Amino acid sequence: MRFYFFLFLTALTALCRANVITLCPSCEINDFAKAIQSAAPFDTILVKPGTYASINTIINKPLTVIGEHYPIIDGQQKDEVITVLADHVSLIGLDIRNTNLGSLKDYAGIRIFKSHYTQVFRCHLRNVYFGIYISDASHTTVKDNVTIGADYAGSDRGNGIHLWKCDSILIEGNRINNHRDGIYFEFSKHCTITNNLSANNIRYGLHFMFSDYNTYIRNTFRNNGTGVAVMYTDYVQMYDNVFEDNWGDAAYGLLLKDINSSIIVGNTFRNNTIAVTMEGSSRMRFENNDFIKNGYGLKIMANCESDTFRRNNFTGNTFDAATNGVLVNNLFAYNYWDKYEGYDLNRDKIGDVPYKPVSLYSMIIEQMPYAVILLRSFLVDLLDRAEKNIPGIMPDTFQDATPVMTIIKR
Amino acid sequence: MLKIAKYVVYDILRSKVLIAYTLFLLLISFSLFGLESDPSKSLVSLMSVIMIIVPLVSIIFSTTYFYNAYEFIELLVAQPISRNSILLGEYFGVAVSLVVGLLVGVGIPIAYYAPTATGFVLLLSGIALTLSFASLAFFASVVTRDKAKGIGVALMMWFYFSVIYDALVLAVLFAFNDYPLDKAVIGMASLNPIDLGRIMILLKIDISALMGFTGAVYKQFFGKSFGMIYTIGVMLLWILLPLLASVRIFRKKNL
Repeated sequence: MRFYFFLFLTALTALCRANVITLCPSCEINDFAKAIQSAAPFDTILVKPGTYASINTIINKPLTVIGEHYPIIDGQQKDEVITVLADHVSLIGLDIRNTNLGSLKDYAGIRIFKSHYTQVFRCHLRNVYFGIYISDASHTTVKDNVTIGADYAGSDRGNGIHLWKCDSILIEGNRINNHRDGIYFEFSKHCTITNNLSANNIRYGLHFMFSDYNTYIRNTFRNNGTGVAVMYTDYVQMYDNVFEDNWGDAAYGLLLKDINSSIIVGNTFRNNTIAVTMEGSSRMRFENNDFIKNGYGLKIMANCESDTFRRNNFTGNTFDAATNGVLVNNLFAYNYWDKYEGYDLNRDKIGDVPYKPVSLYSMIIEQMPYAVILLRSFLVDLLDRAEKNIPGIMPDTFQDATPVMTIIKR
Repeated sequence: MLKIAKYVVYDILRSKVLIAYTLFLLLISFSLFGLESDPSKSLVSLMSVIMIIVPLVSIIFSTTYFYNAYEFIELLVAQPISRNSILLGEYFGVAVSLVVGLLVGVGIPIAYYAPTATGFVLLLSGIALTLSFASLAFFASVVTRDKAKGIGVALMMWFYFSVIYDALVLAVLFAFNDYPLDKAVIGMASLNPIDLGRIMILLKIDISALMGFTGAVYKQFFGKSFGMIYTIGVMLLWILLPLLASVRIFRKKNL
């Protein structure tokens, strides 16, 4: 039986005969561009270890390029390194380096243009201006790559993974460092972004605009210049992401500007100056998120409405929430607030008096930022307590009427 | 001077007020650390207690001690001892006992539960506050003859530094909100030892909030080594100036 199976496999292999072209420094074919040129559609190019120059090599037919032990594909700082213009191209295990820099043209390590079903697996991109630049493409898979921005670029850097007018892209397990924006989306829909780590980028870890119906799962955005900022998009889903260590005078864990009808569930916001800022964002659902040790937990501008916040944990934040208006039309329910001082007489594990996450002092700071120097002074305590007992200034509706008594276990 | 200080320490130890203070601090610290599983959160609560209790006890205790020892001081003045060393001896005796009380009452729990930089800074600013409020107390005691009046002045000082001053700062901020006030606020904070101590600790625990828009300005100033030296320098001034002033007054005072 096993023998027949073997025969069958051999026959199958013989039938779908695609050539394998081996590329190595001492081989007959030792030039990366020539190897691509000489290949027929659906051939495989096996790149042996070594260094190969590639000044904007254009792949215009369906090919599989597999690198063995990460061969170096060197752009020599002259142009882009690889441009994909055909469908069904796979780039696997290459070490792509040294693109040109420039502000007129966006030089990329790998550029994918008008290509469908292309895959980039396990590639390393180093010293690149843009890492992987995908435009007008669909069904692209970008998986397990590492991209590190150019050291020689100074403060002028490109994005790690850049999507423009794309559809149905999968971005999974990539690590992005030292770029301008780690992951950048514009006009891209139905994409899935999972398990990526975007850290130490000089601007945003993740930045998108006009990109509806995208899903973000289990990504980590850490220590980026200004955190994560997303804008003008509807129907976003964010599950189980981590936003941490985004510090600075304009740094946010997550900045939501005109994001509507989106779901933000199970995320962790830790050690950010402001964990979540919301501006003009309505019909949002925040559930099961953890806000830990942030300067501010939530900053909700008064132009956000019909947002719901349920079963979130707020622990160790200097301020749980702040707002700039008096009328608040959002719902808070069943959250855990470590600053809650109420009681639970009927023992249903839900506090009997509402919790008001906006303190008088945080309203004062909103209007007089310099007053932050009085943080944790006796006077501020007195003011907050007085306001809590006899509310007069604070937004009356900004409250959690059913705060839970103990931290919500995940 | 040292002999007088030593005698004062013995005398204070006998009076049991200091022991009660130490036990009180111990009780508060241990219960704060014991109730909360996260020691950094207990440090925050401990900080607000220390910022109120330590200056209050230091200033009231020192004032009452000074008045209670008034007859003894009169006796010493009759001896061939310089007035400087009498007052300084009294001050060091009181200050050392208070600092020891603080070290035992707060230092031991911190060393046990939270031996971190934040804990160390908290202890350090507690000590600085003790010393400066003791010296403010001596100042209050030498300028007034009457015991009740002296204690009243001391209490007013405490109330001023812990509540009224911050309210004034808030009022100034409110009035001049449209102007760049960062330098002015740093200046105003320097004029209050409690504020200075608090800011030193804030830089350790509320760093995320302070990294915000204006907080960054303060962070830049107080967080750098120059800011640290500045803070410590101003703290020392708050200890030395009232003490030197009281020594000056005491030297010429008609007892």
